[in-house]
Amino acid sequence: MALRKPAVLLSVALMLVSIISLVTLKLNVGIDFTGGSIIEVGYQQAVELQPIRGALETQGFGDAIVQHFGSANEVLIRLVPDTDKDKAELSSQIIGLLQNISDTPIDVRRVDFVGPQVGEELTEDGGLAVLYALIAILIYVAFRFEYRFSLGAVAALVHDVVITLGFFSIFQLDFDLSVLAAILAVIGYSLNDTIVVFDRVRENFRKIRKKTSLEVINISINQTISRTLMTSFTTLLVLLSLFFLGGEVIHSFALALIIGVLVGTYSSIYVATTSALALGISRSDMLLPEKEGEEMARP
Amino acid sequence: MVNRYAPWRYILLLLVIVIGAIYATPNLYGENPALQISHRVNLADEAELGNIRGMLESEGIEYLSMELDGNNILVRFDSEEKQLRASTRLREVLYDTDRRYSIALNLAPATPDWLTSLNALPMYLGLDLRGGVHFLMEVDMESAIEKSLQRAGGEMRAFMREQKIRYQGVQASTDNISIRFGSVEARDSARLMLEEEYRDFEFGDSDDGRSWFINIGFNQTAMAEEQRSAIEQNISTLKNRVNELGVAEPVIQRQGDDRVVVQLPGVQDTVRAKEILGATATLEFRLVHGSFTDWIAAKDSGKAPIGSRLYIQSDGSPVLLKRNVIVTGDQIVGAASGIDQQSGSPDVSITMNSSGADRMAKVTRENIGKPMGVVFIEDKFDFREINGERTRVRTTESQVINVATIRDQLSKRFHITGLDSTREARDLALLLRAGALRAPMVIVEERTVGPSLGQENIDRGFLSVMVGFVAVLLFMAVYYKVFGLVANLALALNLVLMVAILSLFQATLTLPGIAGIVLTVGMAVDANVLIFERIREELRLGNTPQASIFAGYSKAFGTIADANITTFIAAIVLFGFGTGPIQGFAVTLMIGIASSMFTAIFGTRAVINLIYGGKQVSRLAI
Repeated sequence: MALRKPAVLLSVALMLVSIISLVTLKLNVGIDFTGGSIIEVGYQQAVELQPIRGALETQGFGDAIVQHFGSANEVLIRLVPDTDKDKAELSSQIIGLLQNISDTPIDVRRVDFVGPQVGEELTEDGGLAVLYALIAILIYVAFRFEYRFSLGAVAALVHDVVITLGFFSIFQLDFDLSVLAAILAVIGYSLNDTIVVFDRVRENFRKIRKKTSLEVINISINQTISRTLMTSFTTLLVLLSLFFLGGEVIHSFALALIIGVLVGTYSSIYVATTSALALGISRSDMLLPEKEGEEMARP
Repeated sequence: MVNRYAPWRYILLLLVIVIGAIYATPNLYGENPALQISHRVNLADEAELGNIRGMLESEGIEYLSMELDGNNILVRFDSEEKQLRASTRLREVLYDTDRRYSIALNLAPATPDWLTSLNALPMYLGLDLRGGVHFLMEVDMESAIEKSLQRAGGEMRAFMREQKIRYQGVQASTDNISIRFGSVEARDSARLMLEEEYRDFEFGDSDDGRSWFINIGFNQTAMAEEQRSAIEQNISTLKNRVNELGVAEPVIQRQGDDRVVVQLPGVQDTVRAKEILGATATLEFRLVHGSFTDWIAAKDSGKAPIGSRLYIQSDGSPVLLKRNVIVTGDQIVGAASGIDQQSGSPDVSITMNSSGADRMAKVTRENIGKPMGVVFIEDKFDFREINGERTRVRTTESQVINVATIRDQLSKRFHITGLDSTREARDLALLLRAGALRAPMVIVEERTVGPSLGQENIDRGFLSVMVGFVAVLLFMAVYYKVFGLVANLALALNLVLMVAILSLFQATLTLPGIAGIVLTVGMAVDANVLIFERIREELRLGNTPQASIFAGYSKAFGTIADANITTFIAAIVLFGFGTGPIQGFAVTLMIGIASSMFTAIFGTRAVINLIYGGKQVSRLAI
């Protein structure tokens, strides 16, 4: 906790940068939220993008984004949402066109079409899911610990979510439903970490009587730090495996989780307890004669 | 303090391991390419089975097995090539002689019988893993209501005529029926009688000084009933159409008030699936109005005479048809496409239901020598920006495909020509057979995954789980030595249990679900890390090994429970408010939390007690 002040500065700075980026650059949201179509086709050999672009242009799809996906044999076509043309039939039309200009049969690997109405709903549902998750957690932690811990935990979660979102905004990475799921998983994960630290803080507040709140928190963090780092490390191991081996579809998902776990580990050490401390948590708040820790002990 | 577990705990652990292993095993056996043959009317029986066996044997197509599976006959093959050959051949024989069969390509799990009898099946793979199409379709309720109102308006017209009520006109719109009268008195007396007769409606009055109106709309219960029946009829039509397409294990489910989810695993030709599912094409038969000169005059003026409607034929020439419909596509019960013997052009032979046949017979008998038109009707959708709001606009395209002179009285069976291609004839026949949609539907979301990507997703998912798993195993073994190895046993058991639970409940495994498993592998060790760090701490404080083990487990338990419950809450919220991919992730996360609590605490303790319990231990390998 000696680094408490620089940590606060760092967090505030990161949050500010994230928020500014979210406001100015915004998120590069995918069709899940905006509506539109994505078509992924595989060719038997490497293909040039230019002829495809040209063919699409002659058919009035000049604003389609055409790029290689994964390898030179695969092409991803993204149709920006268009008020007049947004229909499920569009993808059929494009697949027909691509087949026509190709000498070999093409393989339709993926088609995603999201109608504008559905896009709006997914955005709303997604936002609500994050909000409800935060509220449910706030209530549970307040009930199990103390409201200041609860606020500290939620402050850490908001911190993690904002910075992860900020990262996606700054680098303009694709933000789709799976990234949203990852953000929600980050909430769960970072919370897990924070609870472990809080648990130790509570235990020490009851056990150590002659130290200040700051000192007690410091001791608690030191006692749990090896566990926090260990768990983050094993989780990162599997996430890296997902990131490198899981394929393109799962790429952003894994990346969001990696960022989230890194930020979450940091925040459960610095942000959560600092917030609780700033709110004036002290030993007297913890002196409930609770014994459930002992009784539930025998698994 | 001796760290011993009662025998029942070991029995419980063993039981869980055995059951977990049994239910996880079916996933080790692969799948056989198979054909699923179902009879549309009768249940499949032994005779049918013999029939198909004979057919395959005479063709010299080898199969692995053939079995009755409820309503279906399942034939397994050892290669996709044989499966395709058999399907083509059977389709030719069974499908074209009569259309009572539906044949679907399928991948049938090759689970041994002794496992199947225990209800142990492999995991149910989501569309993103096995390949297939997912559609979310929205019913256009407005037009469903409009159609119902039009029908009710027609009935009211007939009712008023019967009751000798003098009305000036009946107009049905999307939300009400408006009946016009010449006087207040006529209106008020008519309203009393109509209100008496039509209880499902709400009545209101209005006037514009010259005419007096009754405005009639559905009341709330009737409206809800209309919507419910519209969506149900659409679902049943969709089911028929999917059957016609030959899809194994389709999912067709209502979602919310006006949406239907359609999932078609393994469908390759998504373009055609899309066309068939959303198609609203149907037929109407109408008598022709007037003569050629009337048609030209109507085309020039753009106004059709009263009681008729102007159509433009595919060659651009105009034709007037009477507004009164003889029969509609709803009254068609059977249809088959073929080739017309005389002209050699594609045709569709049609079978009417009894009311349709009666009506057809009556009208054609009375009109021999006069021409009749066949109208092909299709609804199309477009998006328009109206007052800044994105609105879906429906346009109905009606095309006269054929005008022919009635030579003879038509009845139950007859055939029509004038279709552009055999494909069009085939699709029209399919749609007429499957029944019309009560209201048009539009696809609002599509997720298609091709079979190659599906397989790739499985392979990559499996690989990343394995690599992540092995990395964690190695790390734990190095860092926590004996305790780490014990934790690894727990981790392996955790993975087996997760697969077993997913298989047992036949929860759908998706790619995000695999990500959930990977994440759980990473987090499952957390409980053990917490316990082991605590034990190390106790040892550092100078406690004996036995006391340290005991204290480590008991002190860590509260923390683990708290941490997992909060994550579990987050997963529940994810499941409750999320959609498809998010839910898949949430399900595996929840299962993972539950099984990892069991394996990481109870499981490791049992093994640790077995190793160290009740002995003199001077130091722990931790």
